Amino acid sequence: MVDVSRLGSLPAEFLTPGTSSFTEFLRQYSPELLPGNRVPVGDLSGLVPHATTLVATTFVGGVVMAGDRRATMGNMIAQRDIQKVFQADEYSAVGMAGSAGLGLELIRLFQLELEHYEKIEGTVLSLEGKANRLSHMIRGNLGMAMQGLAVVPLFAGYDTAIGGGRIFSYDVTGGRYEEHQFFSVGSGSVFARGSLKKLYRNDLTADDAIAVTVQALYDAADDDSATGGPDLQRKIYPIVAVVDETGYRQRDEQAVAQIVEEVVAGRDLRPDGPVAPLR
Amino acid sequence: MSMQFGYVSPEQIMKDRADYARKGIARGRSVIVVQYAGGILFAAESPSPSLHKISEIYDRIAFAAVGKYNEFENLRQAGVRMADLRGFSYDRVDVSGRALANVYAQTLGTIFTQDPKPYEVELVVAEVGLTIETDQIYRITYDGSVAADSGYSVMGGAAEQVGRYVSEHFTEGASLEGSLRLAVDALGRDTDEPRQLAPSSLEVAVLDRERPRRTFRRLTGPVLDALLDRGGSETSPQADSDTSGD
Repeated sequence: MVDVSRLGSLPAEFLTPGTSSFTEFLRQYSPELLPGNRVPVGDLSGLVPHATTLVATTFVGGVVMAGDRRATMGNMIAQRDIQKVFQADEYSAVGMAGSAGLGLELIRLFQLELEHYEKIEGTVLSLEGKANRLSHMIRGNLGMAMQGLAVVPLFAGYDTAIGGGRIFSYDVTGGRYEEHQFFSVGSGSVFARGSLKKLYRNDLTADDAIAVTVQALYDAADDDSATGGPDLQRKIYPIVAVVDETGYRQRDEQAVAQIVEEVVAGRDLRPDGPVAPLR
Repeated sequence: MSMQFGYVSPEQIMKDRADYARKGIARGRSVIVVQYAGGILFAAESPSPSLHKISEIYDRIAFAAVGKYNEFENLRQAGVRMADLRGFSYDRVDVSGRALANVYAQTLGTIFTQDPKPYEVELVVAEVGLTIETDQIYRITYDGSVAADSGYSVMGGAAEQVGRYVSEHFTEGASLEGSLRLAVDALGRDTDEPRQLAPSSLEVAVLDRERPRRTFRRLTGPVLDALLDRGGSETSPQADSDTSGD
């Protein structure tokens, strides 16, 4: 029963003290806005765009995350310049592979979840706290994942407590795993990870780390048709985010273009990329 | 309303409620909201570093309040929920200070007439625009009245005295340092004898017009000290200006 005299006022749910989680609030007030609340029937994986490969690597004092720009729908290229890497908050980045529409919605909700907590509580969550929160949100999408609409995020941030970068990966059930040094998710991840393994070292600078991620994405695109390589004609390059003690920043396109051109020039001489020492 | 003993006129009921709310608000210290060239400045005297009177609501919107903490804190959280929900369902640019001021006004108006006791609070919802002309400052009182203030807004205990000082010294488009100095001096005018406030007892924040996305920023510690020092050297020392002014 609607109390007519209170129309236009803040609804009771808004004035109820308690949760500082935006997702919890949505569940109480507007559950239809929650991702994962609509479970379709059948296998839908070929009908919607899928975002593909993401890579992340730590360096001394931070972490780099990069994503290619391709989304595919079955054998078609759905989008050439999709963005898969985003700022989660001041000190973290989040990217997604898998069903693009759900993934983008999930990221929007995750960004808001962190901001909402910060505003309500007046303090920021720990990096572990943010990673766990994301895990919980992925778990909510399990029904859709069973229908072929899986979303697999990659989360990375600067941990002020240890003064370095950390990477977290997820599975479709919300399982959360901390990765050390580097990691990759998405359709081209197997090839990217092989590349990262050979190129990673402990003394990388931020720019070195970017070069490593660009090499890894190149290798992924080389062997996986769903991963897009750098598109020099259209000037579409990977999106690269750096998170260190000064916070999150997306590396500007020109700087990335220069690194991409160096990598591509190197591939002219040796198409399989840099050679790792044998012993 | 519960049954009254005998007849009490509606005018008397409203007057009693208004007096009650005003008394509660007058017990607290003042909060000042003032426009400067680069945005909107908020300053308050706050005994606690964590129980805020000034807070971020959304990208370009902030909230300031005086009165009873639990009541305005509840309204603040509701405002954050409303802004976040609207931004999530539509787009971030569709969240406006005016809409928020309206729901606060409705909420306080309803509580004032229908609940057993009115809220003892006064609020400011301010939205920083892209230019100084498009800044908006709304002041909402305990009974749900809304006023759109231009330039500055003062609420709380000695709002009249403090407001008088601000109105005498306010200049449009002043620097951040100058505006901060004005606000801090004005906050010390709540007693007959002007007080000097320690930086540690100040709560200061800005909506910075030039910042991308989230424009709200608290000014604390060394940043605040440096601004106060620069503001002090820019104008003549305040001790001289009062004796000549009053």
